[in-house]
Formats: sequence, structure tokens, C-alpha cells
Amino acid sequence: MHIPDGYLGPATCGLFYAIMLPIWAAASRIVKKTLNARQVPLLAIGAAFSFVIMMFNVPIPGGTTGHAVGAVLAAILLGPWAACIVVTVALVVQALLFGDGGITAIGANCFNMAFIEVFSGYYLYKLISGPSPFTSGRRVIAAGIAGYVAINVAAFSAAVMFGIQPLLHKTANGQSLYCPYGLNVAIPVMLGEHMLIFGWVEAMVTALVVKYLQKHDPSLLEAA
Amino acid sequence: MKTTTKLWIGLGILILLSPLGLILPEHFKAGDAWGEWGIDSIKELAGYIPQGLKNLSGIWSAPFPDYAFKGWETRGLPHLSLAYIISAVVGIAVIVAIVLFIGKILSKNGDK
Repeated sequence: MHIPDGYLGPATCGLFYAIMLPIWAAASRIVKKTLNARQVPLLAIGAAFSFVIMMFNVPIPGGTTGHAVGAVLAAILLGPWAACIVVTVALVVQALLFGDGGITAIGANCFNMAFIEVFSGYYLYKLISGPSPFTSGRRVIAAGIAGYVAINVAAFSAAVMFGIQPLLHKTANGQSLYCPYGLNVAIPVMLGEHMLIFGWVEAMVTALVVKYLQKHDPSLLEAA
Repeated sequence: MKTTTKLWIGLGILILLSPLGLILPEHFKAGDAWGEWGIDSIKELAGYIPQGLKNLSGIWSAPFPDYAFKGWETRGLPHLSLAYIISAVVGIAVIVAIVLFIGKILSKNGDK
């Protein structure tokens, strides 16, 4: 889901930087109000976890690869605004140091994984958990469903970004200037592979860590 | 043991296991993620190289492209796995440093 340089035209890249700037500003303002120095190591762990879990490429035999993002887990543990910041840090480092995701697409990739996935996952988790105790099995299920749905929402958003490029930028002879595939290809492929495989990976990662924390230190689930 | 300590240990284990993310796709002959192909693969898939994509694709030259070292592309899986682990360590070190710095600025009692 890390859109590389060259797949999105300047208009799309610029738009999503413009959308993310106020979101990043709001995130810093909101986190600043509530963040306690004792919670900072947990933020670092959340960012590091998201980074390393994205290195576990899961193959579709003979096809493509994909991976979990860990963004919903970060949101459950840290709250959505802090999660937005830490997933952004992971994505920026991936782009700058490892060429994973383009530097022109940092706004777009952060919109998908650090904003859309984080917030949709967080609120879905809250909604399904309801008033259940922090150690209840319902929260494990809620975490799994939130992970599954939220990564698919993010994949859909990425697919739309890819898919609108042929509509926006074409040469005189009909060739696309940037991503060569339209919505009719991008949406079924991106959503299909995430619904079939990668969504389940995100669901498992999110649910298992929540289950582990319920057993060992449920107080961490109460913070956000 | 503090939970955060346990989580750091968990991260260490994930770092050591990370080459699975390299070896499994290779074993199952899975290629690039959809929409993350290089120029050569695009030409094969779409039948042409989109001009704007070609111009923009080389705009940034990452120091550790694809979690490996430059010039190691043709080395075997053991070398690439080692580079993958080193990349994970470097990436996490940089990320932790940045988040601790941001945390220091944003946290209420960060300077006490």
C-alpha cells in the first residue's frame, strides 16, 4: 500500500500533503494537551512495531505481496491522534531511508495508513467494544474486526488514488502519464487482495496483541 | 518485568524474524506489491512506460533501497536477510529517536 514516486500526479500528491498538514498540526496540538512523559516510550514502541510489522511481506503464491500495518493496534493503545503521529514517523522513515513509498506520495500514504486506517479502526473498535470490560473477549473480537475493516478502507482509498490517475493525466495518444491502471482495475485488485489475505493478517496481529495485553497488563488498554 | 520491557523484547524477536518477509515471497514466487512495480515490470504489465512515472520515479535515492545495501541486489538470500535485519535495526533506531524527540517536545512534564 506504499505508493511509490511516479504513480500519482502532482495534483494528487499536492492535495494529500495539503490535507495532511492540518491533520498533523491538530494531532500535535491534541497530543500535547494530554501526553504524559511516562507514555512516550509506549509511543516509540508503537512506531517501531508498525515499522517492523510492515517488513513482514506476506506472499500470495505466484502473485503479489502485502503486509499488515499495525495502525489499528497503535490507535487502540495510544489513541487515534498519537497513533497518527507515530505511524507518520514510521512511513516517513520508510520513504526516506528505504525508498518504501515515494517522497512525493508521503502525504497520500500518510492519509491512507496514518489517518484513514487509524481513525476508522479506532472508532470501529470503540463501537464494537461498547462498555465491555477491558479484559473482555469482546474487545479481542472488536480489535480483529477493526483491523480487518480499517486496512481494507485504507486499501480502497489507495486504490482510488491509483485509479483516478488515468482520468486526470493522459497523453495525446491515450497513454496514462502516471499510474497506468484505472479504477476498474485498481479497486477490485487492491480491495480483493486485502479482503482475502492481508486484512486477515492485520486482524490477527491486532487481536493477538490486544489479547496478550489483556492477560499481562490490561492497564495499557485503558489509556486511550 | 515491566510490560514495556517485554514489548521491547518482542520487537527484538520480530526484528530477528523479519527476513521471513523476504524469504516467504521468494519461496512462493510472489512479486512486488500491486502498484509498487519498478519501471521494467511496468513496461511488461501495461505495455508501455508512463512518461510522468518515468520522470518522477527516480526523484529520490534512498540510502538503503528495499531494505538492502546498494550493490547487494544480486547477492543471495542469506546476504539479503542480513541486510534486512540491519535495516530493521537502523530503521527502528531512527524511529525511536524521532518519537522520543517529538515526545519530549509534546509531553507536559518532559523537561522535569
